[in-house]
Amino acid sequence: MATETATTAEVAGNTEDTPAVTYAARVEHVSKSFPAPGTSGGQQLVLDDITLDVAPGEFVTLLGASGCGKSTLLNLVAGLDRPTAGSIGTDGRPALMFQEHALFPWLTAGKNVELALRLRGVAKAERRQEAERLLDLVRLQGAYGKRVHELSGGMRQRVALARALAQESRLLLMDEPFAALDAITRDVLHDELTRIWRETGLSVLFVTHNVREAVRLAQRVVLLSSRPGRIARQWTVGLPHPRRLEDTAVAELSVEITEELRGEIRRHGRH
Amino acid sequence: MAGTDNGVDVETGIKSGITGDSAPAVAKPQDANDLAGLEAGLDALDSVHVARTSLRETLLRKTLPPVIAVALVLVLWQLLVWAEVAPEYKLASPSDVWGEAREAWFQGTLLDYIWTSVSRGLLGFLMALAIGTPLGLLVARVGFVRAAIGPILSGLQSLPSVAWVPPAVIWLGLNDSMMYAVILLGAVPSVANGLVAGIDQIPPLFLRAGRTLGATGLREAWHIVMPGALPGYLAGLKQGWAFSWRSLMAAEIIASSPDLGVGLGQLLENGRNNSSMAQVFLAILLILLVGIAIDLLIFSPLERRVLRGRGLLVTR
Repeated sequence: MATETATTAEVAGNTEDTPAVTYAARVEHVSKSFPAPGTSGGQQLVLDDITLDVAPGEFVTLLGASGCGKSTLLNLVAGLDRPTAGSIGTDGRPALMFQEHALFPWLTAGKNVELALRLRGVAKAERRQEAERLLDLVRLQGAYGKRVHELSGGMRQRVALARALAQESRLLLMDEPFAALDAITRDVLHDELTRIWRETGLSVLFVTHNVREAVRLAQRVVLLSSRPGRIARQWTVGLPHPRRLEDTAVAELSVEITEELRGEIRRHGRH
Repeated sequence: MAGTDNGVDVETGIKSGITGDSAPAVAKPQDANDLAGLEAGLDALDSVHVARTSLRETLLRKTLPPVIAVALVLVLWQLLVWAEVAPEYKLASPSDVWGEAREAWFQGTLLDYIWTSVSRGLLGFLMALAIGTPLGLLVARVGFVRAAIGPILSGLQSLPSVAWVPPAVIWLGLNDSMMYAVILLGAVPSVANGLVAGIDQIPPLFLRAGRTLGATGLREAWHIVMPGALPGYLAGLKQGWAFSWRSLMAAEIIASSPDLGVGLGQLLENGRNNSSMAQVFLAILLILLVGIAIDLLIFSPLERRVLRGRGLLVTR
């Protein structure tokens, strides 16, 4: 497998020729090593033989403790880094949201969204209206002219979501996007994200270390083990939306997954 | 994993606090309006409102202190003159300098002196901008160029540009192009280095975010790198102007020729030749005033605007 060469994502342009894309993201036997710190030439295996499909319109959460390589996997899918082995295919270039809002402070909220539109090639005349529509979608009607520092943490992440949606990708990658928010705001944004996901039919690959968040949002929870990251177990979450953190069914599944996660973590204490 | 567990606990804790009185049956799925209302409430609670200070307060806190400082210096100066610490030909009094300025004003030469130098300085600075900016971008973004000329560029900053006056006179003669050459050699490294420092300080997250949005190559430079580096770039411009102005004064003092017209540097040198201490003082004051005025009228407002727009201006 180590001899396999990494082939990169299909670019948006040539998806027309290959109409039968049955996935939003396809990760096949992907491994990733980084140079190990402190050794010369030594390699540290971060991801080991990951195979994972995200179906069109599916909401998948990647769950794992620190060091499981979940952010690394997301970067690979985003095309910001290349796998050491295996291949990754996506249906067009994915949009990516970070834990930090990553909005550009020299632009207003609206102009941040417009920049994504502009880089996508949307004509100047349509940008403003489209940006307003997207801000509307995340319920930030009056925020077009606001500077980033004038917005609260939750509002910034919603602008970041609007900017990601402006890319018109079929796949949205989210790297712990709500981890830095307070509990109340996070809970509201869970509802908001669920609503937008259902309205737009996007595929979402959502990375988190919060079990309840994973269960609350996803159709499928993928648990990664740590060092190296492997797929330990998967759960299909069949609960109807809208869900609440307090729902008994959410709580029960969370307990089960937490037990599994703790088991994975305990393994590391033994050596 | 304690962190996660805590997170969950805190969350449910707050939840039960909110829904506590509305009884055991936890409010089931909120409808869309409810969520919108909740969100609007959160937004209103969390938003930051930045108030700007009033004109009166600005005058009181920003203008008054320097006026007092200048007044004190003038008083001290006059006291030293009255105490006759130095003979008159060495220490001109404030009123002598004022008289010199009035005379030049009524002869119509005062503004000529200033304009000769300022127009040279600004034109030279604009040329330095046009050369230093692409140079800085290249040094910051192209590894080979940085390795090749980065250290030289930083080193050039510490070379007093007055050192370039003699070779510039020999190569180009006593004319305006020699002045501009000296200005460029003084200011281009500052402009370029400022831009390099600004680019190096862009958070890597912005570059990653830009790349996921599809900004690469020149589009990345224009939409992400240049605006991201603007604060550092502006600092470089400010220093570049200071270096332009200094180099120009050095060039004007050293290289005087009737063809060149009288700028502030020549005014100073003429004052020395005429043994007119009042004229020397006047020239020095004017050089200082132009430096302050350009900073106050151009660079400070620009810098404040950029920093305020990004929420980086801390009001003290």
